[in-house]
Amino acid sequence: MLNGTRRFGALAIAAALFASACSSAGASPTPAPAATPAPATPTPAAMDTSSAAPGTPAATPAPTVNCVTGSITTSGSTALQPLVDAAAKQYAKACAGATITVNGGGSGTGLSQVAQGAVQIGDSDVTAESKLATPDASKLVDHVVARQGWIVVTNKDVTVTNLTTQQNIDIWTGKVKNWKDVGGPDMPIVLIFRPASSGTRATFKKLVLGGATEATGGQNVTQDSNGAVTTAITKTDGSVSVIGFAYYDDPANKPLLNGLQLDGVDATVANMAGGTYKLAADGHMYTNGQPSGLTAAFLAYMMGPEVQGTLIPSLSYAPVVK
Amino acid sequence: MAQLTSANRMAGLRAAPSFAERIDLPQRVVFLAAASMIGIVILLLGFITWQGLQLFLKDGVPVTQVLSTTWQPDSTSPDVTFGLLPFIAGTVFVTAVALLISTPLSVGLALFLSEVAPRWARAIVQPALEIFVGIPSVVWGWLGITILVPFLSDTFHHDFVLSLPVVGEVFRAPGFLTGFSWLAGSLVLSIMVLPTITSVSFDAFRAIPQELRTGSLALGTTRWQTIRHILIPAALPGVLTAVVLGMTRAAGEALAVQMVIGNSPMMPQAISQPVTTLTSQITLDMGNTVFGEPWQDALWTMSLVLLIISITSVVLVRVINKRRMAS
Repeated sequence: MLNGTRRFGALAIAAALFASACSSAGASPTPAPAATPAPATPTPAAMDTSSAAPGTPAATPAPTVNCVTGSITTSGSTALQPLVDAAAKQYAKACAGATITVNGGGSGTGLSQVAQGAVQIGDSDVTAESKLATPDASKLVDHVVARQGWIVVTNKDVTVTNLTTQQNIDIWTGKVKNWKDVGGPDMPIVLIFRPASSGTRATFKKLVLGGATEATGGQNVTQDSNGAVTTAITKTDGSVSVIGFAYYDDPANKPLLNGLQLDGVDATVANMAGGTYKLAADGHMYTNGQPSGLTAAFLAYMMGPEVQGTLIPSLSYAPVVK
Repeated sequence: MAQLTSANRMAGLRAAPSFAERIDLPQRVVFLAAASMIGIVILLLGFITWQGLQLFLKDGVPVTQVLSTTWQPDSTSPDVTFGLLPFIAGTVFVTAVALLISTPLSVGLALFLSEVAPRWARAIVQPALEIFVGIPSVVWGWLGITILVPFLSDTFHHDFVLSLPVVGEVFRAPGFLTGFSWLAGSLVLSIMVLPTITSVSFDAFRAIPQELRTGSLALGTTRWQTIRHILIPAALPGVLTAVVLGMTRAAGEALAVQMVIGNSPMMPQAISQPVTTLTSQITLDMGNTVFGEPWQDALWTMSLVLLIISITSVVLVRVINKRRMAS
């Protein structure tokens, strides 16, 4: 018995010390290349290393894909991640022998890692100049692959359908604290923020709030990701937040949320592409110097008709190549 | 053994053997393991200290600003301020309430296991506690956000008001508007540290010599009197060690807390309102900041504060134990 209890105690102490020592690091998204499985990829060694023949443009939809074998990694923006992930899977399917690993981590992670050479492509919602020091930023080459939009969403209880820019400023700076002051029910407003460092929040602050400082006190909540924000909104009366189109248009989320117009303009991909909906920004894919090999081929694929014409509209982004 | 005696014989023939000669291969392996462990700890301490001081050394942020309550790290805002006090206070307060909830429960459970429980009950509770230790923090956080947060919001949504007939309203505290709150964080943490405090306190009670119990009972005391006047004072240093270990675990926990606490960067005001902690702010911001910018340097400073909390508690445990040995 005594032996048993000693062991039990030692185990608990070890667990406590271990957990306290590493929980601050262990709980967070590590930059280590967590495997995003590339579907059915044969070993590169078994493949012909030469590029596929260019082929005739009219024959099949495949010929525009310039296949290069190899293995690259991208990381960064979670807003852009659904698009990059889907494009990488399509490319790998069309080109056996190419492996493209897509990691998230946030725009800052993407920019840091591509500047350090840890990944080949860094995805970001914001420009490199706004995040990195000049010597690092000037090394990076920007590839704008899509336009992405964000929508102001509320809990279903809020009957408001439109907010003007000025109403948004009043709400997010804490000047207006009840929905009845903007034409809604008598219900306190709960602001659900993304972290101050997130690309979504930075874009909203710049384009809608005009740089005004948000009211992050009181009952207002900060949540880590688009998914956590969606959960918090559905569970909290009177809550309002901002999420990416790709997450709003997800059939699993859309029925749970009340999406708002901005200055009377519907938050649609068409209005974003037409320039009338203003809460939109470029999706950047950065490379360290001019890209080559598989990196160049994949970026060309991102700009090609399969991605720009088909994939981008289906995922609620807007193309940059018509 | 044979080697040892031969080494002794050789020692008689020539000068005393060096340290490397005196230990054999397995001993060298063990020594290497210990040395690399110490090396890693020193490197880790050095790195975090160096990174944590960059905010002061490189970015020139004064210490007084770091001890202020305004967190405005966004470089586009006109008045960039790295006040870390809301995070430090959040960590301290959330941990304190968690320990207030958890300590009586854990010590009671340890007493039950050690003094009261029949053998079969102990056989059930002890493995159950070990399973508790093994449940990952993300699961606790998930349970918190799915069950606890909506429960708090639905049940205690409105302000708590105490009104007296003549005087009118005498007390008002904000209700759980969202459920994401200081209390939610503390409740989740209290469950997570419960097995740690219980098992270490249990060991402290088991370590009390049986003679104390029999002697006390022979004087005609009841079991409760024995527990209260003999066992608890005797086991107090061990119980304190348990609480300090629980505190370290609670202060270092990130994920589960971050999911339920609301992460509002302001000084804790009411137990029903969102607050934030050092660990949850680090996990929120580290992916979106880049290495070397002042914002990330501020996160490293938070890590340094956590490290200091951790080291302080280790020292505290050693002091408590040394005193126990001495008495």
